[in-house]
Amino acid sequence: MTRSVHRTHRIRRTARVAGAGAAALLALSACSSSSDTDADADSAGAPSSSAKLSGQVTVFAAASLKESFTTLGETFEKQHPGTEVTFNFAGSDTLAASITGGAPADVFASASPKTMATVTDAGAAAGTPVTFVRNQLEIATLPGNPGHVSSLKDLTDSGLKVVLCDKTVPCGAAAQKALDASGLELTPVSYEQDVKAALTKVELKEADAAVVYKTDVKAAGDKVSGVDFPESAEAVNDYPITLLKDAPNTDAAKAFIELVRSAEGQRVLTGAGFRTP
Amino acid sequence: MTEPAAKTPAPAGADPVTAGPRRARRRGRTVPVPLLVPALVGLAFLLLPLLALVIRAPWSGLPEQLSSPEVWQALRLSLLCATSATALSLLVGVPLAWLLARTDFPGRGLVRALVTLPLVLPPVVGGVALLLAFGRNGVVGQWLESWFGITLPFTTTGVVLAETFVAMPFLVVSVEGTLRAADPRYEEAATTLGASRFTAFRRVTLPLIAPGIAAGAVLAWARALGEFGATITFAGNFPGRTQTMPLAVYLALQNDPAAAIALSLVLLAVSVAVLAGLRDRWMSAS
Repeated sequence: MTRSVHRTHRIRRTARVAGAGAAALLALSACSSSSDTDADADSAGAPSSSAKLSGQVTVFAAASLKESFTTLGETFEKQHPGTEVTFNFAGSDTLAASITGGAPADVFASASPKTMATVTDAGAAAGTPVTFVRNQLEIATLPGNPGHVSSLKDLTDSGLKVVLCDKTVPCGAAAQKALDASGLELTPVSYEQDVKAALTKVELKEADAAVVYKTDVKAAGDKVSGVDFPESAEAVNDYPITLLKDAPNTDAAKAFIELVRSAEGQRVLTGAGFRTP
Repeated sequence: MTEPAAKTPAPAGADPVTAGPRRARRRGRTVPVPLLVPALVGLAFLLLPLLALVIRAPWSGLPEQLSSPEVWQALRLSLLCATSATALSLLVGVPLAWLLARTDFPGRGLVRALVTLPLVLPPVVGGVALLLAFGRNGVVGQWLESWFGITLPFTTTGVVLAETFVAMPFLVVSVEGTLRAADPRYEEAATTLGASRFTAFRRVTLPLIAPGIAAGAVLAWARALGEFGATITFAGNFPGRTQTMPLAVYLALQNDPAAAIALSLVLLAVSVAVLAGLRDRWMSAS
């Protein structure tokens, strides 16, 4: 909970800084702190955003979307001056539970159709969710892959310490599916509570390898090395997105979903390692 | 926390002392409303969530939920680890409390503040700190690994260490409070009669502060039993090895709330039973 709050703050701050930077570039105002959004409105020429969207859009998104959605949020605020995108990044199950519990949100992007189903079953979604990206598993190893892991099987028969996500969260369910598909038995040292926790164990060098998403490996940069494995094709996760029924800002929320599904949105997402649906 | 400490100096059968105030209290029976209302609100706030747990419990499916071996495995591990953590805390925590209460050294105030730091530190932060210290790549851990071949993360020992880290301050604070309230003249008398300082501690101080130690141990045990953040961060989560009850509850909540409620009930029952049992024996408040 505190983690997501913290992130929200940081994103808002970076968005503001980005806005201020744009304003300074356009040399419209030396006093960037006053009202940079207004400055943008005058100069940006409002590409394709003839409808006057404004106010705050609250997006609940799976933790794995953090990097790409943060970028898209900044893009959105630039395209629609006067709007502010606020994110809550957490495990999809946690987010689904808060939404069905009545948390005020406009958009929900989940890491699995199963979690999305709990929201639609509760009647909290407006319309039918659409799949906007897919994510594939990858093995994250220590930098440089000192254990010479080259396949999923290598994780099972060596003395390596492997962490998996718990079977109750999407990445763990997907890993189990891939293991089952290849008839492998893998005993990890730990079943972590979410994908970032699993990755962190490798980043801290406490575990030798983890089965996580491709996007997480990419986001971790050079702190881990990624190893593709063919069985991951058996367990590809669909990411559905939907407008929520009690959305306080429906128009802006629709526009954000459009941006995510647009060519530009897909470019950002595939750049982060996602696959197009 | 200081309550048992304040009572310690009074000998066990000091009825005439306590009888006076009690009779006086009975005479002034009316409770002022500005105290009564917030008190009742506070009480309701503490009890309501526990009551809700009992009300919403899936009673009909309970036997089935609780008959799974995973539940008992997690419970056994929880009890084992909490008890070990309490024992470890006693072993080093009581001497530490004695040091803080009975000796004078520069920076004692600072040391006391540092000892109580885990009380206010978010447990997850404690878990990360433990990893950085005792992890395979940690400040101390890398030597443990290369010299003795000992790795602590992802082991049951790791769970015990994480729980000790979080629970020991409770014991130290409680015992130190008791020691400060205990009359040092008994120990001084013992030393003037020829006992060494250690003998005086063992034969005089320890029996004197036993109730405080017991109270602190119960607090530490209860805290260790409920420990989640430091455990999952430092020791990970593996059934039978590091998956304690709180971890099992958290993960069950992700996809099977009914199972999570059932597990919570078990933990609640165990906590209530132990606290009630020990309270009668050692911590009788009235």
